[in-house]
Amino acid sequence: MSEVLWNTAASFTAQSTSITTFDSFAVSVVVKIAFALGLFFVVPIVGGYLEHKVMGRMQARRGPVEAGPFGTLQLVADGIKFIQKEDVIPRAADRWVFAAAPGVALVPGMLIFLVLPFGPGVFALDLELGLFYALAISSVSVLGILMGGWASANKFSLIGGLRAGGQLIAYELPLILAAITVAVQAGTLSLVGIVEAQATFMLPGTEINVWYVFPQILGFGIFFLAAMAELSRPPFDMPIADSELVFGYMTEYTGIKFAMFLLTEYGGMILMSALMVVLYLGGWQLLPGVPLPGCEGTGGLFDCGVTGTLLGVGITLGKIMALVFLMVWARVAYPRLREDQLQRFAWLVLVPLALLNLALVGVAKVVF
Amino acid sequence: MSDLSTRERVHPGSAPGEDFHLEIVGDGDFQTADMKLSIGPAHPATHGVFRIVLEMDGERVTGARPVIGYMHRGFEKLAEHRDYRQIKALVNRHDWLSGFSNELGVALAVERMMEMEVPDRAQWIRMLLAEWNRILNHLMFIGSYAIELGAITPMFYAFREREDIQHLLESATGGRLHFTYNQVGGLKIDLPKGFLRQSTELSALIRKRVPDYHDLVLGNDIFQARTVGVGPLPPEVALSLGVTGPTLHATGVPEDSRVTEPYLKYGEIDVDVPVGENGDSFDRFYCLLARISASLDIIDQIHDHLPAGPVNTKLPKMVKAPEGATYLRTENPLGQLGYWLESDGGRTPWRLKMRTPSFSNVQAIPYLLEGVLVPDAIAVLGSVFFVVGDIDR
Repeated sequence: MSEVLWNTAASFTAQSTSITTFDSFAVSVVVKIAFALGLFFVVPIVGGYLEHKVMGRMQARRGPVEAGPFGTLQLVADGIKFIQKEDVIPRAADRWVFAAAPGVALVPGMLIFLVLPFGPGVFALDLELGLFYALAISSVSVLGILMGGWASANKFSLIGGLRAGGQLIAYELPLILAAITVAVQAGTLSLVGIVEAQATFMLPGTEINVWYVFPQILGFGIFFLAAMAELSRPPFDMPIADSELVFGYMTEYTGIKFAMFLLTEYGGMILMSALMVVLYLGGWQLLPGVPLPGCEGTGGLFDCGVTGTLLGVGITLGKIMALVFLMVWARVAYPRLREDQLQRFAWLVLVPLALLNLALVGVAKVVF
Repeated sequence: MSDLSTRERVHPGSAPGEDFHLEIVGDGDFQTADMKLSIGPAHPATHGVFRIVLEMDGERVTGARPVIGYMHRGFEKLAEHRDYRQIKALVNRHDWLSGFSNELGVALAVERMMEMEVPDRAQWIRMLLAEWNRILNHLMFIGSYAIELGAITPMFYAFREREDIQHLLESATGGRLHFTYNQVGGLKIDLPKGFLRQSTELSALIRKRVPDYHDLVLGNDIFQARTVGVGPLPPEVALSLGVTGPTLHATGVPEDSRVTEPYLKYGEIDVDVPVGENGDSFDRFYCLLARISASLDIIDQIHDHLPAGPVNTKLPKMVKAPEGATYLRTENPLGQLGYWLESDGGRTPWRLKMRTPSFSNVQAIPYLLEGVLVPDAIAVLGSVFFVVGDIDR
């Protein structure tokens, strides 16, 4: 039995050429977990720092300046502060559900980092069902939010939690429809496979290589808006809505649990951006049709050598941060939508458009 | 769920929630009742200790009742034990965003009772600073209303402007919120050198920045979707409730005592009163923003008119108002401010009754909130501009 499990697990890691795969399975496992966890804790902090600074500059102020050089360690300092805070559980709260909620919200984000490719060969796992896995796991987060909203025994939390439930279910649909369209065009659900497919995708009848964002600009827009709504980012932050619901489902949370919810948001921002980079923006390619230095000979996208790999990682992170920048920009520029306007927008605009997009791409795929 | 009723029994005076009849629908295990939600006294949307009890069916508000008095500081009574010259340090605290306009009201009332002639220059300077104070106040509400709708940025821009204005006012008065610059019979001191030049420059600067608010807030699609048609207040309801200021102007009634009953030198210049059409949240915000430009116009006219001369009159050692009473109303940034000053001939007023704009304006809240959604309730609450200290005194 254990032999079978071992072999099955080993076959996962041996699927493709990842830099985190070693001959020894045990070493591979440790390295892969460390890789995913490291990314999960470092990249969101970079994204958070970017948000602080960009928001500051857009709002005629400077953002953090004191903690670390140019305020870079502000979020680390915040994290340390949160750990020291008292962990308050309301008397009327459902203790176990209340305590488990931040973990339920946080862990799915962590798990998705296992399949996200950050460069040529720079990923922990290349699952054949990578896209399906990512979308399925990310939906689990909403459970944590609902649990937190219900277990807090607070009316504001309850309203916030229910709003989050309604919103996340409504926007899941256009998000998944947009992602499916990419899978249809690429012919694979593997995230690495989708990046490779984009490297070889030519506009029909020509020799011009383009990323999927060009034929599917509509899908990209839908995915971007739905992702912001999934993350409850302004202008879709109805579940938190600090001026109405105090802090929504997070109202009663303090200390490290509150920090876990916040990290969920920042982590979610990174992973949604990473998904968009993979699905639409050609992953680690600098420009459409331009291979990374060192990658030319192989024809594929792996084994690019140290320079090419590092460059690929840099390009991926750069694209992710560019998308984070857009999300921050939207937060700075827009007020919040109302709950019913939010739902109407999802069901009457985004879902039909996503279906149309799917139909168009499906037809085009068959014709060309 | 937490049970509020225990707490209400402890403080029966502060909890009118029992007045609501929460209707129970259905039977057996499916009985449901409407939810009672207490917003405040400490809640981000009330900016101050103001409480509002909402009766809700889902997210729809079926009843609303403001609970006031958490900030009652007894200014009216305190004023009865202060010299006429000392009252101004009290009154610039009830509406802390319009300190100058408040103390102006008291100074005018005392001067009227004592039949005192105030030098022209002092009157023009009072008008100048009162208009700057009006802009200062409106900027605050422009920022805070945007925050209530979830847009955080306008607050920072508004505070950048406020900082500049406060710097200007500080150079003349020494204060940033509580100016204490008016005196019975004039002003504390004359304007410092270079004040007019700075004031002119600042007026031009702010005039240049006002379009930013039009673009960033008023012209924003989501802002319009959130505010147009939300919480409409008919003019007759507004008038019957005693609503004044931008909230009244939004309904299309241009009642403004600077025009209808000019005090100081308002009669000698053009005062533009921007009005709305529908009296909804959007119009209320529009009036607020338009009043900034209108005040800048007034400020520019004052710059041209400002005469030379003394700024105060010599007061007797004992300032005593003759026996009698007067009611003086001024157009404060938030609406009509009235002071009923009654004297028995002594050193202190026998009675100082305040008619504050915020107190009258919040009377419209129960009318406005009935039947709206919670997010709309916040959009309405924020657009009936009030200062909690001005409600409770």
